[in-house]
Amino acid sequence: MTTYRSILTVSILSATLAVAAAAREVISIDGSSTVFPISEAFAEEFQIETRTRVTVGLSGTGGGFKKFCRGETDFTGASRPIRKGELEECRENGVEFIELPIAMDALANVVHPDNDWAQCMTVDELRRMWEPEAQGTITNWNQIRDTFPDAPLRLFGAGVDSGTYDYYTFALTGVEHYSRGDFTATEDDNVTVQGVSSDRNAFGFLGLAYLDENRSRLRAVTIRQEDGSCVGPSVETARDGSYQPLSRPLFMYVNASALDRPAVQAYADYMMDPENGVFLVEEVGYVPLPEEAFEMGRAKIKARKTGSYFDGGSEVGVMIEDLLAIE
Amino acid sequence: MAFTSSGNLSSAEMSTRDAIGAVNRAKRIDKIFAVGGILVMVIAMGLLFALIGDLVVRGLGRIDYDFLTSFPSRRAERAGILSAWVGSILVMLTTAFLAIPVGVAAGLYLEEYARKGWLSNIIEINVSNLAGVPSIIYGLLALGLFVYGLDLGKTILVAGMTLGLLILPIVIVSTREAVRAIPRVIKEGAYGLGADQWQVMWHYIIPAARPGILTGAIVGLSRAIGETAPIITIGALTFIAFLPPAPVSGDFPFINFDWLTDGFTVLPIQMFNWISRPQADFHVNAAATGVVLMALTLSLNGIAIWIRYRLRREHHN
Repeated sequence: MTTYRSILTVSILSATLAVAAAAREVISIDGSSTVFPISEAFAEEFQIETRTRVTVGLSGTGGGFKKFCRGETDFTGASRPIRKGELEECRENGVEFIELPIAMDALANVVHPDNDWAQCMTVDELRRMWEPEAQGTITNWNQIRDTFPDAPLRLFGAGVDSGTYDYYTFALTGVEHYSRGDFTATEDDNVTVQGVSSDRNAFGFLGLAYLDENRSRLRAVTIRQEDGSCVGPSVETARDGSYQPLSRPLFMYVNASALDRPAVQAYADYMMDPENGVFLVEEVGYVPLPEEAFEMGRAKIKARKTGSYFDGGSEVGVMIEDLLAIE
Repeated sequence: MAFTSSGNLSSAEMSTRDAIGAVNRAKRIDKIFAVGGILVMVIAMGLLFALIGDLVVRGLGRIDYDFLTSFPSRRAERAGILSAWVGSILVMLTTAFLAIPVGVAAGLYLEEYARKGWLSNIIEINVSNLAGVPSIIYGLLALGLFVYGLDLGKTILVAGMTLGLLILPIVIVSTREAVRAIPRVIKEGAYGLGADQWQVMWHYIIPAARPGILTGAIVGLSRAIGETAPIITIGALTFIAFLPPAPVSGDFPFINFDWLTDGFTVLPIQMFNWISRPQADFHVNAAATGVVLMALTLSLNGIAIWIRYRLRREHHN
């Protein structure tokens, strides 16, 4: 008994020491939680079709870029363009990348269904609601507009580590990551759904997919456009670009040198094939890009056209046509 | 006697009445405390059962063979938790293999061999302190040391090492408690018969302490299985639709350890991912994952109770 045990122990120990990092081809994707459902859908289908192993992590846009610029991942999803600091980090580590728009998304401003006053709001009103100066001072609906009732204003929004927060604050205040701090910030948009749907005086912002799943519990606030019309968030208004400034493109960044691996190249081609792309993106609740965008992405990959079009920051009012015009 | 007025009680009578009053007061306080205690317990247990009940009601119907044997998917009804529960079990195995031997050895050394002095005092204080360190700190330590420092990658091995560190203090402390609870006579009797320290340790102390040690180890493991923060910190994956190579195979050398170097996901991460999705169907999946996780934890604790019972009986015979 004892000898048997010691033999077992020795063999276990030696086998542990002999662990070989066998090279199994794995395509690694990480990044934004907003893009995650899209990445997951592509990874799932690609794996079923080609038997190539694909893994998807969920580090957030910022965390994803950190890993990506260290060269740890092949792809990273982002709900905003790469930032200056991140560009710098990639450059330092010699990581070159290709930037691929992959879908459109819209951010929705939502209120309780019983809220009958906040119907069509201007960007200026939204900015006054969210800018840092509002902290502690703008706490009542009637401070936003005279005709609004005397009711406390309770705010919900995306967590400050998310690309969603970055884009929202940028669209309203002109500066990324710049807003008041006294709101309920959450990494899980369902918390915003819960909060707003149970408080008549609440106001929050979240991704379009979360609004679409909860249309009975939430009402979207429309935004007054420059031409005076009021436009609400929907797949159509995000697609035709009429919902401004809260429509935004979502991106996938590809490590350019990883494309030399046939599996990674195959995956990138798969992603940029409109036959897969359109219906997979639609299925998970986002707005697919037109076919031209896919063609453009393929051309970009083929030409190994590296770098970011956005020069290290978000841009408001990017429409699908703009993405197509990027050369 | 005749001179005693009715208004003036003798001191003996006074003290009797005082004593009865004091006893009654004590009984009253006792009753209030008991009622308060029961109330608190009912509230706490009620909340717990409401939570568990809610989880079970929402999730139980979703658990079937397909759910347990499918990989995650973008379609909620097609998604399963195969990679998550396999990941959880492999990580737990690694954790147990690393933490239990080291923890038990450390506990035995501290209790039986270490000379009592300022050094062992410092170690003791630190071990107790480590048990209270938030788990995310272990995750950060592991990310810096194991993942980047030692370049071990984001693997099952690293997850096992991280959770092993996390439960090490629990194992050490419970080992020491178990050893301390052994009656002195057993040890002294053995020494009296001429056994040396190792013989006493091997033949008397370890067998007698085994139930307590195992209980501590499994309590530690059931804490580790629900941990999310440190595992996410070291970079566990969220979508993974393949299994690590099987640890047992038909060819020589029959067991392999390739799985240690594979990426992985675990049940709490899968649950966390699904709960934050917009579609309600995914929330049901999350609840079902919660039920499976709870069943795993319960069965771990069940095994602990069973082993303790078996060993106690064996030891007493």
